[in-house]
Amino acid sequence: MIQAGIDIGSRSIELVVIEEGKVIVSRQAESGYNPVERVQELLADISFDRMMTTGYGRASLEIAFDYPTVTEIKAYGTGAASLHPGVRGILDIGGQDTKVISLNENGKVSKFEMNDKCAAGTGKFLEMMATTLGYQQHTLGLEALKGQEGIEINSMCAVFAESEVTSLLAKGCQRADIALAIHQSVCRRAVGMIKRQDLKTPILFAGGVANNACMIHLLKQTFGDDLIIPESPQFVGAYGAAVLAGL
Amino acid sequence: MADYTKMWTDLGLNLDNHDALLANLGGAYQSIFMTQENRPAGMGYFDFVMSEAHGLRIQELREEQEAGRKIIGSFCVFVPEEIVLAAGCTSVGLCSGADFAQEEVEKVLPRNTCSLIKSFFGFSLGKVCPYMEVSDLIVGENTCDGKKKAFETFKEMVPNFYQMDMPQNKAPMGRKLLTHEYKAFLAKLEEMTGKKISKKDLQEGIAIVNAKRAALSRLAILRAADPCPISGLDALLINQIAFLDNPARFTEKLNALCDELDVLVKEKKGAIAEKAPRVIISGCPMAIPNWKVPAVIEAAGAVIVGEESCIGERGQRNATDDSAETLDGLIDAVVDRYFKIDCAVFTPNQERVEHIKEMTKNYNADGVIHYGLQFCQPYIMESFSVEKTLEKDGISVLRLETDYSQEDMGQLSTRVEAFVEIIK
Repeated sequence: MIQAGIDIGSRSIELVVIEEGKVIVSRQAESGYNPVERVQELLADISFDRMMTTGYGRASLEIAFDYPTVTEIKAYGTGAASLHPGVRGILDIGGQDTKVISLNENGKVSKFEMNDKCAAGTGKFLEMMATTLGYQQHTLGLEALKGQEGIEINSMCAVFAESEVTSLLAKGCQRADIALAIHQSVCRRAVGMIKRQDLKTPILFAGGVANNACMIHLLKQTFGDDLIIPESPQFVGAYGAAVLAGL
Repeated sequence: MADYTKMWTDLGLNLDNHDALLANLGGAYQSIFMTQENRPAGMGYFDFVMSEAHGLRIQELREEQEAGRKIIGSFCVFVPEEIVLAAGCTSVGLCSGADFAQEEVEKVLPRNTCSLIKSFFGFSLGKVCPYMEVSDLIVGENTCDGKKKAFETFKEMVPNFYQMDMPQNKAPMGRKLLTHEYKAFLAKLEEMTGKKISKKDLQEGIAIVNAKRAALSRLAILRAADPCPISGLDALLINQIAFLDNPARFTEKLNALCDELDVLVKEKKGAIAEKAPRVIISGCPMAIPNWKVPAVIEAAGAVIVGEESCIGERGQRNATDDSAETLDGLIDAVVDRYFKIDCAVFTPNQERVEHIKEMTKNYNADGVIHYGLQFCQPYIMESFSVEKTLEKDGISVLRLETDYSQEDMGQLSTRVEAFVEIIK
């Protein structure tokens, strides 16, 4: 049986197709202003027996194509447990939200927490900070790794943080140092959410921000080898959905 | 609905604002309530009351006023309806379940104030609540800090405000304070009506309110059945209407509905499918027309089987003992009954979590959703210990914090759906 999973997030859409448990297709596109059309393009040459959708825009797919849906919490839980059996926690930092998910011994979701209304401390926040500092989004983490410690960014709000960064630049601070400080503040927030939920280890770090070298470096300082970085962190949800499509 | 324009004008409502509010409310009611399937026939009465909440019911209250009754508006279940009725007055709950005239409100209140407080300010400033306008006396109670400080401003906005102090703990001194306040309230009503309240008056008031609470608890118990014979939304609506309707008529209609539900339970017929995940809502009250979170929960395929809330079981459990020989004895019995309310403004407030556990067990719930209004310090503070205690007992908890706006619907749905997936 061929199973497809789509994770339609606020920033990007992922498609994973599996056959007999093996990934045969994985693709990504930007959500843009018409995500349903993006999904149609992603699926143009794909045939599948069963489909499951997840992510913030799942309802639009249910309406457009009558595909079944599942929350991203369950999709990430299933994806993490299938990719790395024995995982007990998930940190997912995506485009516009941060999730911390506890899994029980059987890989089932037992508890979760999500950030509040705004995009503080998420991928979108890092993206805006990269722009303010004049870095490319994908090199921000690498540049931050070159930074020196010592600066503290206090604001998690993208708007306030931007003015904080601007005044640090005006003071003559190095932008790599500021970039490091930004990552440290995002990391502190994530670690806070993890501690609040008493997450058991090992923890899988998923979502687009798990591609960021500086975030990995900083989180490893706290969790060491208990933090697992999957091969394609942003596909965990879509993979989970594909697995669930077969159940 | 008949044309009530003249009545609304006489009451001093702002007709444009009021039309906008009613249009909004009507739309929400249609899409949330009237689209439900398998509703018991007895809900027809409550739909009717809602459709006439600003019309016929207000007309009735005005007729009562013409016949000499005073209308007492209040915001809290600590204002004793028994005493209001004993004084020959009518008790109504005041509107505080929707955002209105926000810009006006933020001229007089900090932004970071809970939605409920902002709401009754908005209804008052926007002149859209006929209950507020028809009230001869508006009773505010010093429960949380937000309310008691807001009342300092509010009492300058309305001509007929009466403030009631409230204890903060359940020690003997606290009880003494509540007794003192209830006696002062009784004296105030006597002064307003020129009528001396007798033992018999209070006994009659107690009988009416006890009968209403008995009917509400009958409804509560019927929801223990699987399949649940009534949706949580409809049950919440009934609990909300309990604050607006004529109490004797409400009791009669609710008992008739419960007779119908008795049969449905026997026949294993449900308003919600059998084996639907069952949820208790616990936390801040949901005043009309605050249906946001319950609508999200039931749209996610779960059924709400109890409200641990002032508009729900916390506000309605326990009858008042009417056996005392004297008026003072009866007042003591009223105090006894209200002093048991486990509102989060009290410290300590251990009984509340025990009640949540009890409700979870009695109504066969699979999990608890804790509902906190943003900036409601008492309930949000307590939600942490409630969550911990319940989880220690193996009860799944989801803590939600929200307000009356619709902007977080997407996130709320995701959280609630994920919680339902967990408890399924």
